[in-house]
Amino acid sequence: MPDEPILELRGITKRFPGIVANDAIDFDLRRGEAHALLGENGAGKSTLMNVVFGLYQPDEGEIRIKGEPVTMRSPREAINHGIGMVHQHFMLVPVMTIAENIALANTPTHAGVLLDMDAAERRVADLSRTFHFALDPKARVENITVGQQQRVEILKALDRNADILILDEPTAVLTPQEARELFAILATLKQEGISIIFISHKLNEVLAIADRISVLRRGKIIDTVPREGATEEGLARMMVGREVLLRVEKAPSQAGDALLEVEGLTVRDDRGLAAVEDVSLSVRAGEIVGIAGVDGNGQTELIDALSGLRRAESGRIVLAGRDVTNRDARYVLDAGYGHVPEDRQRRGLVLDFSLAENIALHDYAEPPDSRFGWLFPGRLIARARRLLKEFDVRGGGPRTRAAALSGGNQQKVVLAREIGRDPRVLLAAQPTRGLDVGAIEFVHRRLVEERDEGRAILLVSLELDEILSLSDRILVIYEGRIVGEYGPDVSEEELGIAMTGGGRETEAA
Amino acid sequence: MSEGRLPDRPPEEAPATEPGDYAPSVAARLAFLQRSGGVITPLLTAVFAFFVGGIVVLVTTGKNPLTTYRAIFDGTGLNWLFPWVTGAERTTAALNLQQTLLLTVPLILTGLAVAFAFRCGMFNIGGQGQYTVGAVSAVIVGAYVSTSHLPHVVLAIVVATVAGAAWAGIAGLLKATVGAHEVITTIMLNWIAFWTASWLFGIGGPLQLGGVGNESVPASETVKETAKLPVFWGDPLLQGLHIGFFIALGALVVYWIVLNRTTLGYGVRAVGFNPDAARYGGIPVARNYFLAMAISGAFAGLAGATDVLGWEFRLDQTSIQASQIGFIGIAVALLGRNTAVGVFFSALLFGALLNGTSTTNLDPSIFRPELAQNLTLIIQGLVVLFVGADVLILYVWSLRRKLRRQAGAADTA
Repeated sequence: MPDEPILELRGITKRFPGIVANDAIDFDLRRGEAHALLGENGAGKSTLMNVVFGLYQPDEGEIRIKGEPVTMRSPREAINHGIGMVHQHFMLVPVMTIAENIALANTPTHAGVLLDMDAAERRVADLSRTFHFALDPKARVENITVGQQQRVEILKALDRNADILILDEPTAVLTPQEARELFAILATLKQEGISIIFISHKLNEVLAIADRISVLRRGKIIDTVPREGATEEGLARMMVGREVLLRVEKAPSQAGDALLEVEGLTVRDDRGLAAVEDVSLSVRAGEIVGIAGVDGNGQTELIDALSGLRRAESGRIVLAGRDVTNRDARYVLDAGYGHVPEDRQRRGLVLDFSLAENIALHDYAEPPDSRFGWLFPGRLIARARRLLKEFDVRGGGPRTRAAALSGGNQQKVVLAREIGRDPRVLLAAQPTRGLDVGAIEFVHRRLVEERDEGRAILLVSLELDEILSLSDRILVIYEGRIVGEYGPDVSEEELGIAMTGGGRETEAA
Repeated sequence: MSEGRLPDRPPEEAPATEPGDYAPSVAARLAFLQRSGGVITPLLTAVFAFFVGGIVVLVTTGKNPLTTYRAIFDGTGLNWLFPWVTGAERTTAALNLQQTLLLTVPLILTGLAVAFAFRCGMFNIGGQGQYTVGAVSAVIVGAYVSTSHLPHVVLAIVVATVAGAAWAGIAGLLKATVGAHEVITTIMLNWIAFWTASWLFGIGGPLQLGGVGNESVPASETVKETAKLPVFWGDPLLQGLHIGFFIALGALVVYWIVLNRTTLGYGVRAVGFNPDAARYGGIPVARNYFLAMAISGAFAGLAGATDVLGWEFRLDQTSIQASQIGFIGIAVALLGRNTAVGVFFSALLFGALLNGTSTTNLDPSIFRPELAQNLTLIIQGLVVLFVGADVLILYVWSLRRKLRRQAGAADTA
């Protein structure tokens, strides 16, 4: 029966204490189609897929695979039914090589007893070549980039011969090029008859790859639409329930003096290689400069050097007139620097601290938060209350632990802290990573507001949309060098070419 | 709520981490423990440990564990707290309780030492060495310095505390500068202290006590009267309870204040929970490692001083080598979940156990005292084991919630 859906969910309901995560969901997947599941963070997409993958048991409803009702009590059973899942949060062993990680799931042996690592490495190399993943089987997972780790996860699922592939926000860490490569791979897989469910909250990607799109909001399926006729605005409205501003409205920038000047900066990475080579740039008051680039081209090292967390081998960094080259983080912060880190949970927040304590992270050792070493918790709480209100942080008050907040609200806390210190220069690294449409809108609007207040903002992001939407000037970084400078009307294609090293016409100012 | 986030994280979900993340830090996991279950988990742990200990008693000796525990309890003197205990029984209980509290005092302090380091994400296994260094310093100041009562006591305590801080500070410095792991360095420093002290007071050692006929006594000089801590409860001649008890209580308060009301404590906690975020926030991570170890050692050094000046009055090679107080402090801190209140009760528990099972207190017909001391060791070990197997306790705890929810779901289905 060629028209019968390969996977069918009927009336799936899943409850957790205090909330119905999935509410009577009907969903089906046809053979050889790519079906996108679209919704905001917390809408219930991941829960639904965890039900399909056997990680959760539904409270009500039925799952049918190839027409047969099944119950899956564990991921092992799901895998046996041909379901493969690539999670948003990777499940790789960092100290093992790629081949070892793949072999963990599916171990090749000599005569069923001895481990055959050569076979595992060969399999990885073959799959990697077939799908153009460019992965070295002998590389350790902890040494490859996040984007490459993502590809290993996908490889794992492919290696286990899944005919239903579930991808949970797979492009969260991929660059446009890598995302396009992924889409090409998915297209090939579809031709091979593999059916794909693609969870996302990114409208443009969903429109690029999906055959059908189901929109989830607050645990319910709002609608399932074919790709023809679907628009970003229409989908966004279904996701959020109201009109959403996708492109930030902003007045042209009124740029003033240069507040951040970088000259000839060279920075080495942990392995001693030059990650940033002879980079020069400047950011003026009242402008947003965006740095676009593929993950792993020196952005992290550049950010670390600017923030005082990594030594610069040569060059100068001048912030608001002060030379901050090779000064520690404290000095740079005091010079008028604000930093929204790309990893809010690891670098931006102490998750076990309260919101008030987190907001005081930079300033707790100074009055009014403390005097002669004595802390005044009351003042921390008062300042936090004010900032939390101003930045519309939901999910808790000054005494709530940071870990209890959602990703979007955590990011707002980080922003509140950094902007609340009135910095002259603000560096925003991946400021909307992992955030849903509503939170992204907030962050973008806020960054533009701060620009209009006269701050100099340096935006480093892997999201081209974000760079194009916010930046007044765009720099492209490739292999540690600035290879191009563009105005905000540059096309994605042109940026994409520069990001992969082609067509270096203009040098950075 | 436009974010629509799950308000209660279900037990099945893994803790939220970013891609490529490693396991959360030791301090973070211990903090997680502290929150979930609060006081229930340490209570459960202790009950578990006693339960298993009771089974061991039953299986190995055939004695009734309940009467054994009852006898141990009477030996602790805690029954003095019951108002219905009167007369001769009360007097005996008072004596026993003094002894228990005498043991509790150094346990509180070594417990605080370990707990403070834990709060900064570090394992201070060197409590024993720091205690020894403190004790040696106190004996030296107590025996060789001549001054009036108050300054003498204060000087001895201060020198001992600073000595303990310096000893631990070596490990802290090594961690701060070259990243040497404090577990290795503190254990090594333990041995250095052990053998140095043994040599100092050993036969022919430079600080061996003088006097004719003492040549074969491997001990130190006795501290002068002016250095001894006054006894406030009981008879000084019968080893009554000295004011070191109040010093220990004061230390508990200082511990809480430093961690929660000072900038130093904030820095220590931040580094303990998340050194990456602390570094990015401009907090000097290396400096905090050093300071946390130094403060940790100060508590342990103080423990040495209170024992020497409170009831030991001199150090001998045997007691130096046999002392385990620094290591029991680790169990105290773990059971007490690194909080001031927790350490107090945990130290009291261990002090009571140690005293209640000592040979002088236990009626041999109920339980052989030598075995009883091993029982204490078993229970100590079990506590550490169960605390270490926090996953197990948490699993049992979440099982309870799961069972309750399933029962609820079955009702509504």
